Amino acid sequence: MSKIVEGLYYAESHEYVKIEGEFGYVGITDYAQHELGNVVYVDMPDVEDEVEAGADFGAVESVKAASDLISPVSGTVVEVNEALNDQPELVNADPYANWIIKVQLSDATEVENLMDAEAYKAHIGE
Amino acid sequence: MIRNYDKLIFELSKEGRMGYSLPKNEFEGYCMCCGIPAHLKRETTPELPQVTEFDVVRHYTNLSNKNFGVDTGFYPLGSCTMKYNPRINEEMAAHPAFTQLHPDAPTECAQGALEVYYNLAASLSELSGLSAFTLNPYAGAHGELTGLMIMRKYHMLRGDHKRTKVIVPDSAHGTNPASAAVCGLQIVEVKSTAKGTVDVEALKPLLDDTVAGIMMTNPNTLGIFETEIPEIAKLVHECGGLLYYDGANLNAVLGKCRPGDMGFDIMHINLHKTFSTPHGGGGPGDGPVGVRAGLEHLLPNPQVKKNEQGIFYLTTDEESAGCVSGFLGNFAVIVRAYTYILTLGRENVKMVGPLAVLNANYVKESLKNEYYLPIEGVCKHEFVFDGLADKSTGVTTLDIAKRLLDYGYHAPTIYFPLLFHQSIMIEPTETESKETLDEFIAVMKKVAQEAAETPDVVKAAPYNTPVRRLDETTAARFPKTTYKQMKG
Repeated sequence: MSKIVEGLYYAESHEYVKIEGEFGYVGITDYAQHELGNVVYVDMPDVEDEVEAGADFGAVESVKAASDLISPVSGTVVEVNEALNDQPELVNADPYANWIIKVQLSDATEVENLMDAEAYKAHIGE
Repeated sequence: MIRNYDKLIFELSKEGRMGYSLPKNEFEGYCMCCGIPAHLKRETTPELPQVTEFDVVRHYTNLSNKNFGVDTGFYPLGSCTMKYNPRINEEMAAHPAFTQLHPDAPTECAQGALEVYYNLAASLSELSGLSAFTLNPYAGAHGELTGLMIMRKYHMLRGDHKRTKVIVPDSAHGTNPASAAVCGLQIVEVKSTAKGTVDVEALKPLLDDTVAGIMMTNPNTLGIFETEIPEIAKLVHECGGLLYYDGANLNAVLGKCRPGDMGFDIMHINLHKTFSTPHGGGGPGDGPVGVRAGLEHLLPNPQVKKNEQGIFYLTTDEESAGCVSGFLGNFAVIVRAYTYILTLGRENVKMVGPLAVLNANYVKESLKNEYYLPIEGVCKHEFVFDGLADKSTGVTTLDIAKRLLDYGYHAPTIYFPLLFHQSIMIEPTETESKETLDEFIAVMKKVAQEAAETPDVVKAAPYNTPVRRLDETTAARFPKTTYKQMKG
């Protein structure tokens, strides 16, 4: 049973975004980290890069596969989770505490296209 | 135990021991190295192991015993076409007429070798339905890159500079998007339907005047034949793009249908898969690229041609997509593949595809109660299970693959394609007998039974290999790649 956190917004491609004011914290879900297996590398964008909803902004590499990261929201990257450079396994340990990028949102209404916790739960069939 | 032999040749080294001695200087008073400029002379002794010839022979023989190859046992590695490599191929490739030929020999001294090249290219044209082939690219992905360079050059020569997108199905081999990216093209993914084939409706909105072409594998990575090819070819051609055929799975249809007849413009063939030349750790590949009529001038330089007197010569074309290799491909591989085609002959080459398909379907149908088959129906040369049918055991695809090693099999391809979470991809090839397949099926069933009854046994496999299960995370993150690192 994967952990799903209430109050976050979820994408079909298994990224979440946690909204705090004009910022969004983007990471991968517990379901995604579980399916990927042990994460060995997180490829992250640079600060000030633009991300676009539905477009890839990086990749997560595990012992099984390399998987693109698709941004659920549009905006500017204001911070990346530097800790993941040395400790990519943090994504496995707690994917919700260890977000990957912090985005200054350019369109706060975009989250309306995403799923809530309940819908995501149905999406992954749990 | 010899099985656990794990020495490096340097560990056998003993000061002063040697397997070879240089002849004495017979020119008394003449300094052998005095004519060499000082900056070309090394100042330190090279770090070479000091061993006898016997040490070397025994060392490498012991190491080679640790290999698992298609010569050792069944190798059902999906998408790799690990068929038997007939020994006559080796015999021909080792012929001194080929091995002693200098790559820079003038063409009048290399007519026989050029004839082999020319004839293999002609055979591939006939088998694929395309107009002309280059055998210069060194392997499959190199062939893909060459094909995409041809595609790009085609558009550029027409003055059409905005075609920068390449459409790739979500089931494609990872090399497809990688090759497109290396070629400076942008990748657009098209989804598959529930049946595992390209979704034509999802493709339509992607087609516009920025599309350079589409890359397809047929049968695709799931071992499913793409039935909508005529429609896809029509749509892509109407929008001005070209169709690229990835020949990775050509073995399934060899001699039965031809990419050129399906409407493809460019393709590559993996000689090391379809045409029985060694690969993986066993030897280099070769990735011939073919084009339809009208695109021949774009093939890489040099090209091998034959004049009216039957003399072979090399040409270069100014409009060529470029030069992709130093010489004429991996020539020894070309000799092997040509030998294979001649050995089979026109009639038998038509049996390759049907027998490969029969073997794959036999294994699939025999195991579909124990393993979950996500896409029902007749497959081509390979198929994909999505882990065990019984998901409650907690035994994963990785565990199954590791357990198979204990039973003396190479593992199938796992966790690819990415469409399923627990992919096990099996390709038996046409060269395996029913007895071999039955033994493999029995072992796969036994592993499924073990997973149900003693899952911990499967989860801790393998037991019989020189090393037990590796810590893949550490291996990926903190690899020790040199002897000094290993010794700390």
